[in-house]
Amino acid sequence: MARRYLPVAAFAGLIVAIQLATFFTGTAFHLTQLTMTAYYSLVIVGLCMLIGYAGQISLGHAGFFAIGGYVTAFLTTFNLKLHPGVFVSLLSKSGMLVARPDAYGGSLLTVHPWLACAAAILLTVVIAYLVGGPVLKLKGHYLAMATLGFGIIVYRMVLGTGFLGAADGISDVPGFPLPAGLAITGNSSARVSNYYLAWGLVILGMALLLNLVHSRVGRALAAVHGAEDAAGAMGIPTARYKLNTFVLSAVFASLAGVLLTHYNGGIGPSEAGVMKSVRYVAIVAIGGMANLWGALSMSLVLNYLSLRGYFGTYDDAVFGVILLLIMLFAPDGLLRRHLLSDLKRAVSRNPAEEEAS
Amino acid sequence: MAGITYGTIYAIVAIGFNIIYNATGIINFAQGEFVMLGGMTAVTLNQFIPLPLAILAAVVITTIVGAFIEIVFIRWLHKPSVLRMVIITIGISILIRETALHIWGESVKALPYFTGSSGSSINLGGVYISSQILWVVGIGALVVAALGAFFNLTMLGRQMRACAANRDAARLCGIDAGNMVTLSFMVSAAIGALGGCIICPITYVQYDSGTPLAIKGFTVAILGGLGNSTAAVGAGMILGILESFSIMVLPTAYKEAISIAILLAILFVKPSGIFGSAEAARLKEF
Repeated sequence: MARRYLPVAAFAGLIVAIQLATFFTGTAFHLTQLTMTAYYSLVIVGLCMLIGYAGQISLGHAGFFAIGGYVTAFLTTFNLKLHPGVFVSLLSKSGMLVARPDAYGGSLLTVHPWLACAAAILLTVVIAYLVGGPVLKLKGHYLAMATLGFGIIVYRMVLGTGFLGAADGISDVPGFPLPAGLAITGNSSARVSNYYLAWGLVILGMALLLNLVHSRVGRALAAVHGAEDAAGAMGIPTARYKLNTFVLSAVFASLAGVLLTHYNGGIGPSEAGVMKSVRYVAIVAIGGMANLWGALSMSLVLNYLSLRGYFGTYDDAVFGVILLLIMLFAPDGLLRRHLLSDLKRAVSRNPAEEEAS
Repeated sequence: MAGITYGTIYAIVAIGFNIIYNATGIINFAQGEFVMLGGMTAVTLNQFIPLPLAILAAVVITTIVGAFIEIVFIRWLHKPSVLRMVIITIGISILIRETALHIWGESVKALPYFTGSSGSSINLGGVYISSQILWVVGIGALVVAALGAFFNLTMLGRQMRACAANRDAARLCGIDAGNMVTLSFMVSAAIGALGGCIICPITYVQYDSGTPLAIKGFTVAILGGLGNSTAAVGAGMILGILESFSIMVLPTAYKEAISIAILLAILFVKPSGIFGSAEAARLKEF
């Protein structure tokens, strides 16, 4: 037990240390990107569970992120005052709507962020079950293409739909109120509290996933990953476990989408783009595929560098190159044991040998 | 007519998929990038040399790129898993796309019409159609015929087919299977580039125009049954025509979503393709 939670505590310590370091060096502005990194990390640990532990690839997870973000953005900015009706007054009476002033001095009546979040997650679960059911029956190329296709459909839908802001996306999304006077908002006065809220959520998610990995479900997933037919023969309901993991990782992505949208105050179609999905897969790959801590630490480093703009116009290229190098030289991922010996084996295997084999 | 024009291009991309799939059992996700590269290179070269030469040079350059990719990234891998190959070819496609972005920028480019201009049209038994459409359909048909002849009549083509059918047996007969894979990348890069050149006066070309084409080409390849190039032509026409009808009913912005939805529907219902047999599909690796 202690061994499982020791890294969690160490990671929490690292998060505190980073905050203290920015505090003492007067560079608190870094916390903004670090908070955004936290939400992207949530997507990545969820995806790591799907790829590394259930052995299923998804090239469409940005789609789920966008579904979460767009649902909450739409519901919390759509002015119901202009569309009165029985349903709206019913919602209003039950306290599910909030009124707030808009940027031009008028007033808005919108869905409460908590309700919007619940709706986003609910929709994600429904879509993930509907898509996941048939998609996870596919293998190899077909699975990759199908999930890629799902991601592109979501991208095209948000890009082509007028009420979702088309190419501009949705802006002016309000903060997400929490108990005790806290809120998820990009306001610079709430920078430190938001940093801790975001990373606290990531740590919570990690604890949940680590428990899952070490439970009956996790062992079953490991069996599915190792040899699916054998696992099925041993009585493991492989299809159900794969589907549930798919839905769980979709919920992680969607929740991250909801909260980052409230933090940034908006969302644009690029969040649903194929390159985002590829980037998530690249980070899971470099983290070591079936290595939640590897994925999390790589996500912290790479997302932060990318968000700070260190890669410049080569942003997408950097992730493409990373993905390519990892898959060429260390297809089981970078951060794991036996790496050096595997590397040596990969390099020493020259074409002549291969021809002979 | 627009449906048939697009359908021809989808079929050409699908045939590119099939050639590499037959030789290696992998799907080359960078296939659409060959089309983009062909179009882009031809546009650039056309500023200096006449159009036919520019197209020829673009095809040759893309073919070299195809060979280069196979030799650098694919050739030395030892029995890679399908998932690994999928991710590697996706990585290659990102690399080509980003390189194109840094060479050509984000601007949209186009070749001039091969004959006449965008305004002119040809009277064909009372129907007026643009001359470029005839070029697309004509060259498309020529490519299919030439490939058919290559695979059935020439020694090299027969060797490639032998490798596709049974690699070990082909090796025993003295065929260099590794070179055949390189050749398959070159052939599919070449026809992709040619497709990019003939279509780009109509659809224009941009650094990121490869991915949608790759997805639609894959849809067509699956629709016709993976590995079956003759069926791909029919399937290409079907998708092209379906797509042009969908624009009448739904907003243009959803056009791409429609063809992907078709792809998903086929994958869910009949992954062997409408022209393929389920038994044959079960024997394939994927």
